[in-house]
Amino acid sequence: MSDSDKKKPNRRDFILTASATAGAVGVGAAVWPLIDQMNPDASVKALASTEVDISSIEPGQSITVLWRGKPVFIKRRTKEEIDSARLVDLKDLKHPEKDEDRAKNPEWLVMVGVCTHLGCVPLTDKGDYNAWFCPCHGSHYDTSGRIRKGPAPTNLEVPKYVFLDSKTIKIG
Amino acid sequence: MSDHEYQPSSKLGKWFNDRLPLLTLSNHLQEYPTPKNLNYWWTFGGILTFCLITQIVTGVILAMHYIAHADLAFQSVEHIMRDVNYGWLIRYVHANGASMFFLAVYIHIFRALYYGSYKSPREVIWIIGMIIYFLMMATAFMGYVLPWGQMSFWGATVITNLFSAIPFIGESVTNWLWGGYAVDNPTLTRFFSLHYLLPFLILGLVILHIWALHIPGNNNPIGIEIKKPSKDTVPFHPYIVIKDLFALLIFLIIFAFFVFFSPNILGHADNYIEANPLVTPAHIVPEWYLLPFYAILRSVPDKLLGVIAMFAAIFVLVILPWLDTSKVRSAIFRPIYKQFYWFLVADVLILGYMGAMPAEGTYLLIARVATVYYFVHFLIILPFLGFKEKTIELPLNITEPVLGGSANPEMTKNNSNPKSNL
Amino acid sequence: MKKFFKIIFFVFLLLNFSNQNLFAESSNELLKVNWSFKSFFGKFDRSSLQRGYQVYNEVCASCHSLKHLSYRNLAEKGGPEFSEAEAKAIASNFEVTDGPDSTGEMFTRPAKLSDKFVMPYANEEEAKSANGGAYPPDMSVLVKARKGGADYIYSLLLGYEDPPTDLKLDDGVYYNKYMYGNKIKMSAPLSDDIVEYSDGTKATTEQMAKDVVTFLMWTAEPHLEQRHKTGFRVIIYLLILTILVYFSMKRIWSRIESKV
Repeated sequence: MSDSDKKKPNRRDFILTASATAGAVGVGAAVWPLIDQMNPDASVKALASTEVDISSIEPGQSITVLWRGKPVFIKRRTKEEIDSARLVDLKDLKHPEKDEDRAKNPEWLVMVGVCTHLGCVPLTDKGDYNAWFCPCHGSHYDTSGRIRKGPAPTNLEVPKYVFLDSKTIKIG
Repeated sequence: MSDHEYQPSSKLGKWFNDRLPLLTLSNHLQEYPTPKNLNYWWTFGGILTFCLITQIVTGVILAMHYIAHADLAFQSVEHIMRDVNYGWLIRYVHANGASMFFLAVYIHIFRALYYGSYKSPREVIWIIGMIIYFLMMATAFMGYVLPWGQMSFWGATVITNLFSAIPFIGESVTNWLWGGYAVDNPTLTRFFSLHYLLPFLILGLVILHIWALHIPGNNNPIGIEIKKPSKDTVPFHPYIVIKDLFALLIFLIIFAFFVFFSPNILGHADNYIEANPLVTPAHIVPEWYLLPFYAILRSVPDKLLGVIAMFAAIFVLVILPWLDTSKVRSAIFRPIYKQFYWFLVADVLILGYMGAMPAEGTYLLIARVATVYYFVHFLIILPFLGFKEKTIELPLNITEPVLGGSANPEMTKNNSNPKSNL
Repeated sequence: MKKFFKIIFFVFLLLNFSNQNLFAESSNELLKVNWSFKSFFGKFDRSSLQRGYQVYNEVCASCHSLKHLSYRNLAEKGGPEFSEAEAKAIASNFEVTDGPDSTGEMFTRPAKLSDKFVMPYANEEEAKSANGGAYPPDMSVLVKARKGGADYIYSLLLGYEDPPTDLKLDDGVYYNKYMYGNKIKMSAPLSDDIVEYSDGTKATTEQMAKDVVTFLMWTAEPHLEQRHKTGFRVIIYLLILTILVYFSMKRIWSRIESKV
């Protein structure tokens, strides 16, 4: 190394450091699109919410719709089903949740139909609580979709949804 | 190659390096003695490596979204352009990146032609380079078919039909290539597979290419042998690394202008029309980087001979180290060869232009003259020049012109101060 | 070094500033328009895009599809930027085939934002037979699919003339000054006031041609504005970095003393 670098180390370091820093910023900015392209694209995000017509569902009836590639149970509950859900003592629940919090409009229960154990789709109107039963490993859910018996750790997920009007629910 | 007494500084480094000497390799690459008088035409090797990595990265990403089926390919490309996050950017980088890759490879090849880099002892580097070039053309050709536009389909039809010129087995070979009786879905799916594969073969060959280079070391603008290492060389890192980086940035600015402001100017409008087997476009043209070969192909009125001429044009380059009989490497010291070099450059540009024109009338005549001249250059002029050309006296070392040791003013003009090469 | 730059500069100038295709053939000089989306800082005129959509919908959509577009694109940034409610309303005007339902039947329903633009014909064959054997091309990328681009489409729309006296035209074939081959099976689609613009702009033929071509430029390149904006930033960044690296290079190479 010549003397000239030792005389002015600050200037030399500065330009190299500045270049390296500017370069790193550029590399980061260039890498981001390469990663972001794997995120859900615009056409997938367009299907991120689904509007469902619930006008023809009778009390006691439920339908299953596809939302974001997964089944969603929409159940119109009878008065008995609502009452039996509301009367459960939270202390008896593995995953304590109030029915009022899971079904803002008590007549309608909307849940993602994927068992929280290992992902099978539970059967409707089955099991010890006459609600949902997962045949894969024997999880029983009650009329609020809460896990009561079996290996599933948490209650069936309630997705984000709103009533657009009395006949339509928008999920997601 | 000199033995490295390099030892890694950390214990972990030493442990690992004893088992797989990557750190020794890294040290070798950093210290690799490079002539200090290299000019900017030598930066294109680094630029090419960047291009290959870029094409592979953007290509693998595009393959996550592209659908290789005749009914869905065009639509999937539009899906990438419209819906995939930054899909338009990745697609335009990949498409224009191919053009930039070829621009760089032509400059790289013509550098070798001017400075005699293909001459002994660098013949194998040259041959590997020619194989890489050939694979690049095959890759680009198949890649262009994938969007399944009109040019994709008809370009594929024209070029694959050439194989039917082979005597006796031609038609069978062509049907075998197609997977059918015409270019169709089977052709598309196999081209997709091979288009994905070939770049990795190119990558392997590039490693061999660089390895073969590191045996004799780089050539340099005045073409004389330099002792490596010596006061005439600099370690690759940081001197050449920073210079290659600077050249790469200039290259990227040009690349960026194409991608962001004229992304379709090097392409053909017809490829935005979906492939239609019943309608042939008025003019079928390949991408610009294949035009000279296209011109040579169409110059010959006979189908089979045209194909042979086209492949001969590449073959003649492969055997160049043995066609050029001159003992002097650099064109700087070969005033006659230098003239013919520029004629060749003009000839190739003319061939390229003719490749884009209809193969009729004056265009065809010029293409034929240019084709003949191309072969005359390699097969007649070069061997002859080697014996007959009176070359300029070579300097003894790269600093000699500065010291005034040589009577030749040519040298001071070109090589007086290595810094002037920056 | 200087020679290197000169060559590179010349190459990129040549390729970037030529308005025609690299290897242009001689043809009628196209009508040129000062498009707002051309050049480095080009942007779309929002109201022109909206009027252009109106022209497309009322004049062209009965024959020409836009099959690569979705209704939600009308509300996305960089385009006509209708509100989501407006775009939903536009979509609901069209019927889409969906299904099968639980009985196995296909059914129709109003289009949603997530649906692709409904095509005027079921398939290419139907389109051809309804149009004298000529297929009205899909217009999603038409501006990129024709040499001359926006100028060409614009010229063609305004290029209908009486044929030269020595040229006989078959039934259903019209003479167009700019169409390649001069014969076109589409009759002049635009005439003054054929559309009543909802924003009150006077709907002259030139105005409608300008608006619909602007719209078609957007359908072909929906991310044009983002591309220009990002490109500007990338080039500025690269220029700065190049200058920094240039001085770094000088600094590093100064370590070698001049050999003399």
